[in-house]
Amino acid sequence: MTRLLESEKLLAAALLTPGVAILLLFIAYPFVMALWFSLTSIRVGEAGEFVGLANFEKAINDTIFQQAFKNTVFYTFWATVFKLALGMWLALLLNRHFRFKRIVRASMLLPFIIPTVLSAFAWRWMFDPTFSVMNWMLYHGGVITDRLPFLSSGDWAMWCAVLVNTWRGMPFFAITLLAGLQTINPDLHEAAALDGANAWNRFWHVTWPLLLPVTLVVVVFSVIQTFSDFQLIYVLTGGGPANSTHLIATYAYQIGVASGLLGEGAALSLFMFPVLFAVVWFQLRYLKRMENA
Amino acid sequence: MLIERKWKKWVYFYLPMAAFILFTLFPFYWMAVTAFRPDPELYRTWRQPSATPLWTLEPTLEHVKGLLQTTAFPQWLWNTMAIAIVSTAISLICGMFAGYALARLKFRGSEFLGTAIFITYLVPQTLLFIPLADIIRDMQLGNTPWALMLTYPTILIPFCTWLLMGYFKTIPKELEECARIDGATRFGAMVRIIFPVAVPGILSAGIFAFTLSWNEFIYALVFMASAEQKTVPVGVVSELIRGDIFFWGQLMAGALLGSVPVALVYSFFVEYYVTGLTGSVKG
Amino acid sequence: MANVSIRELNKKYDNGFHAVKDVSLEIRDKEFLVLVGPSGCGKTTTLRMVAGLEEITSGEIRIGDQVVNELPPMDRNIAMVFQNYALYPHKTVFDNMAFGLQMRGYAKEEIAKRVREAAEILGIEPLLARKPRQLSGGQRQRVAVGRAIVRHPQVFLFDEPLSNLDAKLRVQMRVELKRLHERLETTAIYVTHDQVEAMTLGDRVVVMKDGRVQQVGEPLELYGSPANRFVAGFIGSPAMNFVDVAISAAGDALWAEAQGLRVRVPTELAERVRPNAGKRLTLGVRPEALRLANGGDPAEYTFGSAVDVIEPLGNEILLNFRAGGVPMVARVDPGVRLKAHEAVRFALDPDRLHFFDAKTETAL
Repeated sequence: MTRLLESEKLLAAALLTPGVAILLLFIAYPFVMALWFSLTSIRVGEAGEFVGLANFEKAINDTIFQQAFKNTVFYTFWATVFKLALGMWLALLLNRHFRFKRIVRASMLLPFIIPTVLSAFAWRWMFDPTFSVMNWMLYHGGVITDRLPFLSSGDWAMWCAVLVNTWRGMPFFAITLLAGLQTINPDLHEAAALDGANAWNRFWHVTWPLLLPVTLVVVVFSVIQTFSDFQLIYVLTGGGPANSTHLIATYAYQIGVASGLLGEGAALSLFMFPVLFAVVWFQLRYLKRMENA
Repeated sequence: MLIERKWKKWVYFYLPMAAFILFTLFPFYWMAVTAFRPDPELYRTWRQPSATPLWTLEPTLEHVKGLLQTTAFPQWLWNTMAIAIVSTAISLICGMFAGYALARLKFRGSEFLGTAIFITYLVPQTLLFIPLADIIRDMQLGNTPWALMLTYPTILIPFCTWLLMGYFKTIPKELEECARIDGATRFGAMVRIIFPVAVPGILSAGIFAFTLSWNEFIYALVFMASAEQKTVPVGVVSELIRGDIFFWGQLMAGALLGSVPVALVYSFFVEYYVTGLTGSVKG
Repeated sequence: MANVSIRELNKKYDNGFHAVKDVSLEIRDKEFLVLVGPSGCGKTTTLRMVAGLEEITSGEIRIGDQVVNELPPMDRNIAMVFQNYALYPHKTVFDNMAFGLQMRGYAKEEIAKRVREAAEILGIEPLLARKPRQLSGGQRQRVAVGRAIVRHPQVFLFDEPLSNLDAKLRVQMRVELKRLHERLETTAIYVTHDQVEAMTLGDRVVVMKDGRVQQVGEPLELYGSPANRFVAGFIGSPAMNFVDVAISAAGDALWAEAQGLRVRVPTELAERVRPNAGKRLTLGVRPEALRLANGGDPAEYTFGSAVDVIEPLGNEILLNFRAGGVPMVARVDPGVRLKAHEAVRFALDPDRLHFFDAKTETAL
């Protein structure tokens, strides 16, 4: 026993076993299974048979899936852009000293802390065609005369989803970028100010380049999360109206779980993988390059 | 602080800050107002002149009462809390052990393992839920809390390992070496010296894991079938909509009360949470 | 005209700390003025207010003839060298120096010309393509100075630029900075806590303590005629010796007495000291104003003691001893041969004695 507790190699093996076991059993194994499923016509209740790449072919020709893929790219791209821009701005604001800073900073994180489905419901209620408070505000503000079709039109609904995702994810960007900002030597900003740089130039020439490593990591995390997002659309629109707002994840759920077509569902969800893999690989390469520079 | 003209301060700071605060917190205010608003007022269309959506003059507890008494909401709260605590505990222990092994012990393949664990963090749940449903069923864990208590760690362990690994690396080696000279085994030194010193890091990882656990949805949706086994997010989504009718009052009450436990825990440990959040990115 | 005028300057922080109290200075065009004092004396805060990096609580600062209180730093036509250099880590040396000019919209050729000029003056031309992390401390410091030079500002501000260098490099850079100032002929305000730097670099030196100006004057003036005990003890190393003495009158002569020490008050000082007969004063005498007594020294300016510790420095010898109840130091020629605990007599130079009021500490 003492040998176990003392020897580096044995102890390492022992310590790593529980964690690695869970990950192997519930991530690695299912992943392989997903690959297998996608190559068969398995459905709930029947084992199905090997069909090669038929499921993938079917998916590529499926107009709903095509829309879902487009939606996912659209959603991820715009939400990330807004989250980065707003998150950065908020981080810069929070980097100053002001009264109530602690409590403001703490409350700004709430959208990120609160379970997504719960806040997504609140937003859905805010967008409700008959009772929307946004319509009310805009109407009384003189901006509109008829209601805005927030969630009832495919295009509008996707933008609403982007809005809600931005609302939810912006704090993550803000807080992480804020931590990055605080590692920048304040003398640099003073030197830049003396050098004649106004606020924008100070940001662009000093802050932004120095924050690039942190920004990159945050963006990658966020892209991965957003690309594979499920909860938000599921609650906000359920994929509708008329399947026009599906994301890859929600459509895979609809086909795989709701309709029981496990094989096809697995194939659909696997379409996410190449994109995610590419994003991560890209980031790792860039970071390696920056470390060696 | 650089000198800037007074008006600039207002335009560049106070106004945007106020806008951000409003944008961030309005939905929560909205949740609260709706939860305490009586039905007739609730269902006034926005066009009606008498509509006062931003406040209510007759707050009521009927939705909250209905929620607690006629639905399984209290059960959901209990489920979610239990699952969150257990999965966080499991993940923390695995994470502490693995983090220590990767940070302090030298063995072949440690770098590979470290990267492998990192990679698993990036495999999204929405990729795995279909085969996992099968696995869970085969293990006879369907519709029991253990289905989630064992699968949530897959999301939480990589993050905990990683955060704690970084934290352990900052603890001076001398502490352990001193303990081992004093007679402790490596394991003993780890448990009695390193872990107590790393409590802030452990707390950070724990709080972050706890909030992530509350936020999980798809596994709970797929693995839990009966109303009494559901977690708060799934319960609110599936049980509070009967047919096509949304019971908004109860829904928002559920959303509000469902948010309270997490928000409370968070508010006591804000600094730790922030450390966990930023640590996960810096690693 | 790039003179700087500081009038009744005050800085009070939100927590109540009064960092700078009624500081008034008139800095002449082309002058090299040094602000010196211990940590927390307000010298850096004063400099930062001139730069526009701190808000002014009350008072006025003029550069040239313009009141700059409300002007942001970039509009004041000043340049600053920071203690930690504050070089942009992601830019090359060339870009670091060019940044200020780029921000102000100078043409590319002009920028290149100025940067090369400055690089030549400072001897850093071979470094132009490197990044700060590839440079040594001394090189970084030169780049920081170069960045300030290219702007051709009205006033240079230096915030303890040599503090982070090792001793030898510091001495070298001191000489270079002085040479640079003579070449560029630009007004400069320099902050340091090192009195040697202050004495060697400044045309005039301002000694500060607790937010107030203690004395302003040329280096030798501060050395020879310190205005109060603080300045006397701050300037000069090893520091001036202070003894608590009782003044007594014996006929026409005045005597300063302490335990084991009895010296006469020189005639030049007698008038100022006389009102204090019967009271206590502080006597100050610099180590270099003491030497071993030989037969020819008038007895009234000598006293006896026993040597404690001898510190031979090569060019001189420091003798540590006790007299008048306090430890004292004397600086003597390297040829002196003494043994520890040997009894000796010291003679002090009557032209280099100082008396300070026991309570107010001002010089008499």
